Amino acid sequence: MKITHHLDDATLVAYAAGTLGEAHSVVVAAHAALCPTCREAIRAAERVGGFLLEEQDPSAVSDTCRAATLASLDGVARTAPRRTVVAGDVPLPLATLLGEGGLAAVKWKSKAPGIAKADIMLSPGSRTHLQLLRIAPGKALPDHGHGGEELTLVLKGSYADHTGRYGAGDVADLDEDIEHAPKVDSDVECICLVATEAPTRFKSIWARLAQPFVGI
Amino acid sequence: MGALVLSMMTGVDRPDRAASEHAQLLARVAATKDRAAFAALFDHFAPRVKSFMMRKGATAEQAEDLVQETMIAVWSKAALYVAERGSVSTWIFTIARNLRIDRLRRERANQFTDLDDYDAPSDDPGQDEALRRVQEDSAVAQALAKIPPEQRELLMLSYVEDLPQSEIAARLQIPLGTVKSRMRLAYRRLKKLLETLS
Repeated sequence: MKITHHLDDATLVAYAAGTLGEAHSVVVAAHAALCPTCREAIRAAERVGGFLLEEQDPSAVSDTCRAATLASLDGVARTAPRRTVVAGDVPLPLATLLGEGGLAAVKWKSKAPGIAKADIMLSPGSRTHLQLLRIAPGKALPDHGHGGEELTLVLKGSYADHTGRYGAGDVADLDEDIEHAPKVDSDVECICLVATEAPTRFKSIWARLAQPFVGI
Repeated sequence: MGALVLSMMTGVDRPDRAASEHAQLLARVAATKDRAAFAALFDHFAPRVKSFMMRKGATAEQAEDLVQETMIAVWSKAALYVAERGSVSTWIFTIARNLRIDRLRRERANQFTDLDDYDAPSDDPGQDEALRRVQEDSAVAQALAKIPPEQRELLMLSYVEDLPQSEIAARLQIPLGTVKSRMRLAYRRLKKLLETLS
């Protein structure tokens, strides 16, 4: 897998600091699972966190907490290393959310001929939204902007827009003011993982797709 | 923040020896389940993790719960620490960060992903590289002291105050695009400084 589109530096700092929304964190982790360059870049950002932790003025920890921690060590199993980057056909961080069966078991909802989506459940309080998009070869989404932070990871196939060509493993970390009309240019369907800030983000696209004369 | 910046300026030489000691203590926990070594790590890091959590809005009780979870994870994952990837403080920062996020989500299925799952340690990291990473905190201190104050402020608001970039923009009354471009500048500057300093 040759990855040419990486995470924006501002995104990986937010991820390292722990302030990125849940959906976006999944996309970052899924991309990082496939991309050693971004893993290393995230680690560089995490060093700032390590330093700031070290520099905290210590707060006295109660004897109860200390004693309880030390007392519980005997019952704690050693964590075994996990070395799987990809589980089945998807990166591990996504696989744990999809459950058994991976992509093959996803229940797609058709939005238009050749275009389907599936929502991925996040925590009850999440203010971000995660979905899979499946688009047939040659199909395109209508020209659209990005109302908020949108992060897309290509899992399969490829698409192109005026910002470039995105293949499996590539992430589109687009500024909110960019408008684009991505078109699938692979022989196979293109499946993407998309994080948006609000569930309503794609509604206008679906509405336009539902109109019969939309030029897609 | 004033005290922090001051300590960045003055504390430059101090952390190195402590950082090497932490790596040695952790190695003893990994190799022989050395409880004394673990207690020493607890006494250094637990009060800092507690402060860090309280800065992010946890009550003292919640912060101690996270301290306990974090330190138990340090015990169970000790053998997974790889010095070539970073200092012990950076490693513990990521553990505490992930546990805090998981707790906020209260959803076991959505555990924050541990990047360390993906990289096997290199066959021959080289002593220099491992030592360099173990001692990186003082390099980060020097680098942070060298970036412009408005960029450093954004990093503090992110890492310490836990503000998303959109909320930083609202608090400072600047556009989100400006927050992001400052964040990029800060990151690139830091990365470059870290490469030359260490």
